[in-house]
Amino acid sequence: MAEQRHLVVGGGLAGLMTTIKICEGGAAVDLFSVVPVKRSHSVCAQGGINAAVNWKGEGDSPAVHFDDTIYGGDFLANQPPVKSMCDAGPAIIFLLDRMGVPFNRTPEGLLDFRRFGGTKHHRTAFAGATTGQQMLYALDEQVRRYEAQGLVRKFETCEFLGAIIDEGGVCRGLTALDLRSMKVEAFLGDTVALATGGPGIVFGRSTNSVVNTGTAASAVYQQGAYYGNGEFIQVHPTAIPGEDKLRLISESVRGEGGRMWTWRNGEKWYFLEEMYPAYGNLVPRDIASRAVFKVVFEMGLGVDGENAVYLDVTHKDPEELTRKLGGVLEIYEKFKGADPRVVPMKVFPAMHYSMGGLWVDYVQMTNVPGLFAVGEVDYQYHGANRLGANSLLSCLFGGMVCGPKMLAYAKGLTRAAADVGNGVVERERRRQEDVYDRIYRMDGAENAYALWRELGEWMTQHVTVERHNKNLKLTDDKIVELKDRCGRIGINDLGRWLNQEVSFVRQLWNMLELARVITRGALARDESRGAHYKPEFPERDDARFLKTTKARWTSDGPSLSYEDVDVSMIKPRPRHYDVEKRAG
Amino acid sequence: MDPIRLRVKRQARPDAEPYWEEFKIPYRAGHNVHSLLMEVQLRPLRADGTRTSPVAWDANCLEEVCGSCTMFVNGQIRQACSALVDTLARPIVLEPMKKFPVVRDLAVDRSRMFESLKRVRAWVPIDGTYDLGPGPRMTEEVQQYAYALSRCMTCGCCLEACPQYNDHSAFIGPAAVGQAILKNLHPTGPLTKEERTAELMGIGGIVDCGNAQNCVVVCPKEVPLTRAIGDAGRETTKKFFRDIFRR
Repeated sequence: MAEQRHLVVGGGLAGLMTTIKICEGGAAVDLFSVVPVKRSHSVCAQGGINAAVNWKGEGDSPAVHFDDTIYGGDFLANQPPVKSMCDAGPAIIFLLDRMGVPFNRTPEGLLDFRRFGGTKHHRTAFAGATTGQQMLYALDEQVRRYEAQGLVRKFETCEFLGAIIDEGGVCRGLTALDLRSMKVEAFLGDTVALATGGPGIVFGRSTNSVVNTGTAASAVYQQGAYYGNGEFIQVHPTAIPGEDKLRLISESVRGEGGRMWTWRNGEKWYFLEEMYPAYGNLVPRDIASRAVFKVVFEMGLGVDGENAVYLDVTHKDPEELTRKLGGVLEIYEKFKGADPRVVPMKVFPAMHYSMGGLWVDYVQMTNVPGLFAVGEVDYQYHGANRLGANSLLSCLFGGMVCGPKMLAYAKGLTRAAADVGNGVVERERRRQEDVYDRIYRMDGAENAYALWRELGEWMTQHVTVERHNKNLKLTDDKIVELKDRCGRIGINDLGRWLNQEVSFVRQLWNMLELARVITRGALARDESRGAHYKPEFPERDDARFLKTTKARWTSDGPSLSYEDVDVSMIKPRPRHYDVEKRAG
Repeated sequence: MDPIRLRVKRQARPDAEPYWEEFKIPYRAGHNVHSLLMEVQLRPLRADGTRTSPVAWDANCLEEVCGSCTMFVNGQIRQACSALVDTLARPIVLEPMKKFPVVRDLAVDRSRMFESLKRVRAWVPIDGTYDLGPGPRMTEEVQQYAYALSRCMTCGCCLEACPQYNDHSAFIGPAAVGQAILKNLHPTGPLTKEERTAELMGIGGIVDCGNAQNCVVVCPKEVPLTRAIGDAGRETTKKFFRDIFRR
């Protein structure tokens, strides 16, 4: 059998950890990314990473972390992989420390930990307020070390287009677009891992980066991979609205003592502290976002009549704020022109994270053999709502599972990708090339970016914090209309070199397919659970919906089926944050 | 308010001649340079109303942590995302970075920066990703210096401003020096700094720094580059004498 090849798509934390694990196993990796990997969206993670080391003597443990995570996710996550992740937390932090992540320290020179939402424990290690950036850099350096040794080949400015799937339904490689030469190329691989992040751009403006279109996940969904729990979209309670994006103000600001308030009857009203006395400002994100919506829209108490409430740290020591939160306060200063050490920040909820993603088994493989998914693009670890600082952990843990399993899977193959007939490969490459040939010929009246903005407005208005069946139905109709209008796009740029408009048309189509998964999943789920909230069905309905949604692509739109959740370790119980959490 | 006039230096391909185009964008409060370019995508019309192609540029995080969208805005090297229109003189003039090959319009190829990181071995050579227990202790003081260096986002502003960094010099530039020093600062640094220091003593190393100190002035993340360069100078001097007496 020919030498085996492993392809990793995406150079954020999950992709880089997967790559490191494969290299550590002695195999070579081709690493694909639309941006130089050091510029991946993981840089935007601010607050920290969770691991229950119990270094503050609070009785924390991986078991408590596990319970917090399952409870925070409203019992929708399969429990065994979540338990494994929480158990691995401390070792992962220690590894990052050994790699040189400059985590904040205690006076004794040990790692410092702070609080985050949905827990009572100081469990979050942090590097200022740019923890994701620091972690990404540490992993980027390790991958560069393997690159210097010849084990990693990077294909940066390359966009994943689709998996190459043979007659037996097995993934044998991928096709990618060189974003500069605009040429479609095929790459053979015995395994392919998608570590391509979330779909924030489907919502127009979000806290996500420009590249987070979800296009890769959508492409393989259209090729038969299941998409799990697509309707579970996290809205972060504190972001600063902008013309181009909604910039995140980290939950760590509240972890370090920040308080949310608005004016009521001429007095400061600390609404979270009043509504949720047990957790106060550190309720999980779904709870806090709904509270802000209630305060602003139902009660009409937005600050200065705007859609905004205050996030206040002016009572804290400015020097300590700089040391622990400098990076995030600097974002507010640079983009809003005011110093949060002196004036309270004005914030509003923003689409932030997708708990849903490609369906994977417990070792990160999709239902397409040989095709893996890891990081935000998978659906595995966060149930119906992700706890803050668990995403960095899930990216790294997922990568640590995925890499070794890719090696094991490839070892078990009886036929190598290199032995797959050229017909299969060439057919897929031509199919993708034809897509671009068609895009170049589009000469209609619609503008792709205008269609995208329309999609974003509909998705943000109807498929985020509050969901009503009537509006979800209208949104689905709207998406179908936008797909139709997509056919009438006119291309303004006919250049065959770094043509961002042509690339975007393809991404837009894929976003529309994913938007239907999200919207139809929400429409079908007549209950409220975690981030999915329907005023018409305000209660969690375990009898009908303690189930994973699995969407399968059909030409008539997503076909939904439901799979039981493994709740064998912690029995589901009602989720409340106004009172202390009962033991699991 | 008058429409915002935007002049962009464009270039179709790496080997093509550059040219200028002007756009007029309706005023709205809260624009940054990135969102102006997004408006051009929406209505790719020149100021005279004729059709053109949207402008190509690099962008990702839009909160000044990824380093992608570095360009000249009104002659100043900075990130397009944090260039707020309400603070800029008009017309707003955009040009690509000059020290790196233009790919198209405002998009450039900065792969040389990543190659420099390879050269100075800017990594901690860990034994493996297995559970080998807690890492070494570090004082808060060292952590704060390390953190400040580690915020370098490889954006290239310092290289653009550095008189010694250009395509006929081998100088690796301040960013890579900072990263070499960062790795020396790690508690394992003393075990591995010899080879990094050797690189800093080699061709294009620290001796090529002309001490203009432009780098710290333009760095958007206030990375202590001159302090790192000073540290690198001391390390190379120490190694120079060590090497002499070892012979």
